[in-house]
Amino acid sequence: MEVRVEHISKRYQKPELQALKDISFEVEKGELFGLIGPDGAGKSTLFRILTTLLLPDEGHAEVAGFDVRKDLRALRSAVGYMPGRFSLYQDLSIEENLRFFATLFGTTIEANYDLIKDIYVQIEPFKDRRAGQLSGGMKQKLALCCALIHRPKVLFLDEPTTGVDAVSRKEFWQMLKGLQAEGISILVSTPYMDEASLCDRIALIQEGHILSIDQPKGLQEKYPRPLFALRAQGMNQLLDSLRDKPELASVYAFGEYHHLSFKEQSPQGMEALLADLRSQGFQDLEAHSIEAGVEDCFIELMQKSDGSSN
Amino acid sequence: MRILKFLLQKEFKQIFRNRSILTMILMMPVVQLLIMPLAADYEIKNIHIALVDLDKSPYAEDLQEAILASGYFISVGDFNSFEEANQAFEKGTADLILEIPAHFEKEIIDFKKTSLNISANAINGVKATVGSAYLNQVINRFAQKLQANISGGIQVESLNWYNPFLNYQAFMVPGILVLLVTMVGVYMTSLNIVKEKEVGTIEQINVSPIKKYHFILGKLIPFLIIGFFVFSLGLFGVARLVYGIVPIGSILALYSFLFLYLIAVLGIGMMLSTYAETQQQAMSLAFFIMMIFILMGGLFTAVESMPEWAQWVAALNPVTYFIEVVRLVVLKGSGFKDLLPQFGIIALMAIISNSWAILNYRKTT
Repeated sequence: MEVRVEHISKRYQKPELQALKDISFEVEKGELFGLIGPDGAGKSTLFRILTTLLLPDEGHAEVAGFDVRKDLRALRSAVGYMPGRFSLYQDLSIEENLRFFATLFGTTIEANYDLIKDIYVQIEPFKDRRAGQLSGGMKQKLALCCALIHRPKVLFLDEPTTGVDAVSRKEFWQMLKGLQAEGISILVSTPYMDEASLCDRIALIQEGHILSIDQPKGLQEKYPRPLFALRAQGMNQLLDSLRDKPELASVYAFGEYHHLSFKEQSPQGMEALLADLRSQGFQDLEAHSIEAGVEDCFIELMQKSDGSSN
Repeated sequence: MRILKFLLQKEFKQIFRNRSILTMILMMPVVQLLIMPLAADYEIKNIHIALVDLDKSPYAEDLQEAILASGYFISVGDFNSFEEANQAFEKGTADLILEIPAHFEKEIIDFKKTSLNISANAINGVKATVGSAYLNQVINRFAQKLQANISGGIQVESLNWYNPFLNYQAFMVPGILVLLVTMVGVYMTSLNIVKEKEVGTIEQINVSPIKKYHFILGKLIPFLIIGFFVFSLGLFGVARLVYGIVPIGSILALYSFLFLYLIAVLGIGMMLSTYAETQQQAMSLAFFIMMIFILMGGLFTAVESMPEWAQWVAALNPVTYFIEVVRLVVLKGSGFKDLLPQFGIIALMAIISNSWAILNYRKTT
């Protein structure tokens, strides 16, 4: 087990906030583990605890076999951390940044070049350019190289793709797959639900506690009811009108469609709803059955936890 | 050692790439030392004096002549009454009024006591104080001359030791140099560390296994070197070449003190950086501290003439001690032995400021 988290809690004093509540999970060697949740869910706090930047109030955590409270220095040598904001020296060049972080960890670029080679070759032509003058995608690649240059056993990536264009995001996930093949365990947090399906396992996190941990497929299969997508002219009025229907278990806007599910499953349910809506004057109604995605699961779990806490 | 060397390399690379910091290091000591001593000159000339002569005797004439011949005063005219002269006050054209009473000469010759009326426009306090002091001097000299003529009385002569010509520049330049070194130390250290916080690179350093003392030395040493450079440039460059000020005391003692002083001041910069999250906050904090350091360090107001509570503030101000030391070494020729108390205090301050910085740094992370 590369990461073991047991009953970790963290409370901030100013402002008063319970950032993490009794978090427990494990990550296996070579696993790509995703933490999925909205801003403020506690993802960064958890990463900061696991990288020894913060001490937990309660609970126990081990990374690469080292305790986050006791074996700080050994743990720091074994992990790579890429914070949400790319933290590079803007006034140093690509190569100087990389060399700096290599030296901090007592190693050299040359010793671990094979690990970063696939990523570094993409930015190497600009190695004398200052980090401040790089595009977002290039900065991200450099930050990843800097986090990898000491060959960590566990890599923590805190929202690595936030603010990066779609093409660079796709490339980035490709790179993570490559690193996984090298035996590096990766914990990655993201607010993007579409990236969740690229992880081996995901933890859905909301207001400091974990709603569910599962493989993306497993999570989707556990969705409790058949799900439908519905579209018509006047989407806002449609949503208002749907929210008044007592027979629906859930309704929410989802891109071009509204997603909905019924409290009681019957083959005629959809037909009846469409007829009802038509009689209210909605035109161009279009409905079809869909498979639940990670975001649907997240919304479902969120509503369930809201319901239970109220 | 390899890590420390590399940290220093990185720090200097960043400093040399930052043109504004480089300009500050090179230009600040030169320009400020050229301009500030001239502006901060306490020697006051061209004091406008309104003369009211109600006696119109030869003695009264002699006195007025002596006053104008002293070189400090310019007459704004002769007035027939104090009320008339007072109008010059109100218009702001006169700084001082000297009223010579009627029967001035007669009373002197009759060995009676006579009095002159000096009024000063105290809107400019310095001009009023210094102006009346000069005027008193001139009048005293005049009175002594009269006494000598009549009875051969005692002459009082005063000498200014260590700075015989009351050269204000010899007095101000070393003091301003101290302020410059302090500013470089406090501002540059705190801003540099807070910048790492602001950009987030300090987190990267914190998750690496480097030792804390490596990080701290990596931050202190570059600014220690820059402090030495600025001080030397000011002392051997500007002070010597432009003002002809040559320290007559022990240079080794001066530089040893500078070393301890810089450690204390850099510690203050580090301490400030632990309280600030952004460069703007650091700048405001440093500015606040610097104002107190500058105004309560004995450069512009002698510590002895401050009220007691302010003397306590000055006693806690490292600038006070360095200004004392610089003046003692440069003007009086003091060496290590004479400076032991100052060495002790500044060493204590260095320990306190650095411990404070390190403890608070621990607490926040």
